[in-house]
Amino acid sequence: MKERIILEKKQFQLTLDRLCYQLIERHGSFADVALVGMQPRGIFLSRRIKSRLEEITGLKDVLYGELDIAFYRDDFRRGNEHIIPSELKINFSMSHKQVVLIDDVLFTGRTIRSALDAITDFGRPSRVELLVLIDRLYSRDLPIQADYVGLTVDTRAHDKVKVEWKEHGKKDIVQILPIKP
Amino acid sequence: MKKFSQRHLLGIKELNADDINLVFETADNFKSIINRPIKKVPSLRDVTIANIFFENSTRTRISFELAQKRLSADIVNFSASSSSVSKGETLIDTVNNILAMKVDMVVMRHPAPGACVFLSKHIKANIINAGDGTHEHPTQALLDAFSIREKLGTVKGKKVVIVGDITHSRVALSNIFCLQKLGAEVMVCGPSTLIPKHIESLGVKVETNLMKALAWCDVANMLRIQLERQDLKYFPSLREYSMLYGLDKERLDSLNKEIVIMHPGPINRGVEITSDVADSKHSIILDQVENGVAVRMAVMFLLAGQQGSL
Repeated sequence: MKERIILEKKQFQLTLDRLCYQLIERHGSFADVALVGMQPRGIFLSRRIKSRLEEITGLKDVLYGELDIAFYRDDFRRGNEHIIPSELKINFSMSHKQVVLIDDVLFTGRTIRSALDAITDFGRPSRVELLVLIDRLYSRDLPIQADYVGLTVDTRAHDKVKVEWKEHGKKDIVQILPIKP
Repeated sequence: MKKFSQRHLLGIKELNADDINLVFETADNFKSIINRPIKKVPSLRDVTIANIFFENSTRTRISFELAQKRLSADIVNFSASSSSVSKGETLIDTVNNILAMKVDMVVMRHPAPGACVFLSKHIKANIINAGDGTHEHPTQALLDAFSIREKLGTVKGKKVVIVGDITHSRVALSNIFCLQKLGAEVMVCGPSTLIPKHIESLGVKVETNLMKALAWCDVANMLRIQLERQDLKYFPSLREYSMLYGLDKERLDSLNKEIVIMHPGPINRGVEITSDVADSKHSIILDQVENGVAVRMAVMFLLAGQQGSL
């Protein structure tokens, strides 16, 4: 089976817009709301969401951070893969904030579990929500669901969902790459 | 994918520039962690580390211990004076007994050069050299270079002079390897009795005049004169050493440029460096101590992470 494009061009932009409007619907003035992108791949989405949100609402300083979960992962020393940390940019306390975690693909849920651990080291948020561009159905290892979903896809466990961004020097596109098990 | 090439940290000699840079990038992350309200991450929560010190140490031991606690590792401390070593147990027996209690990593300081290399050939745990005699002290060199990088932006192309007792200093040897691998120029300076013969073969410049060395350098790393070795008479008197090789305000002011002052500690104030210099804005001595924790966290994180044994 060949690779399959599931999101691109105008549809891609529309999806981002819809996610922004859903956030606005829930949060309005964004007082006490913090957008937190997940390193390394979620930050492209979170940066895009932040700038589009500010464009739509005219707000200037929506609280924003980027979280790295390398030190909180539950597979440290268990896999053969080396865990290399990325930069972490959180310069505010999460206490009493409504935190919106932002990542590109929700798969097993383990990254989000680690992120929940990491967040508590920055304070006690009043609420944590999850926004993802792609939600892979039937693939969760943990009871974790997203609050805002760009697109839900049904994939086989050994497929790879690849999200690319203009910021990479490519175009905005989401594809499913079948990888032989 | 970036990867740490070694299973142990025995010395800087075995590392390549990519390893050193990987330690620095990882340490950047840890530095931001130890500066936030909750200074702890759970990375090493299932790792047990033994700190085995056959020689006295304050700074290094506390720094390692703090780094381990910040990483949530379990630790056991051991110092030779209060142990069975004084009853005649051999090094391998001592360490094997500790390992039998399921220890994953050993941090060791030992008076014999090569003790860590020897140990690494006989036991399974990761080993970190915290100083072996007059041989190497790799984490000190890493934190020194990390501090230079932090202060000056880069290590590459910088001129660093190491002043003092080069012959007996493991800090000097590790620093020479580390700085050269990162592309810095290194000079050693001190009385000729304290500079080993043939040290030029390592590619370092040698200078016996402190003022000439200071005029050449961007960074001066002032080593401690090892007072406990005074009876060996490497130079006539401390007073004379301090007059010829001590760094004071007057000398610093006469330079017409700013240089960075470092010291691995503990300082003999008034001998190799005067108080006004040690506490001046040129000095990054306390930054070195702070960075020590971040760098040691990075080293242990990288070594523990590659086991893949669980």
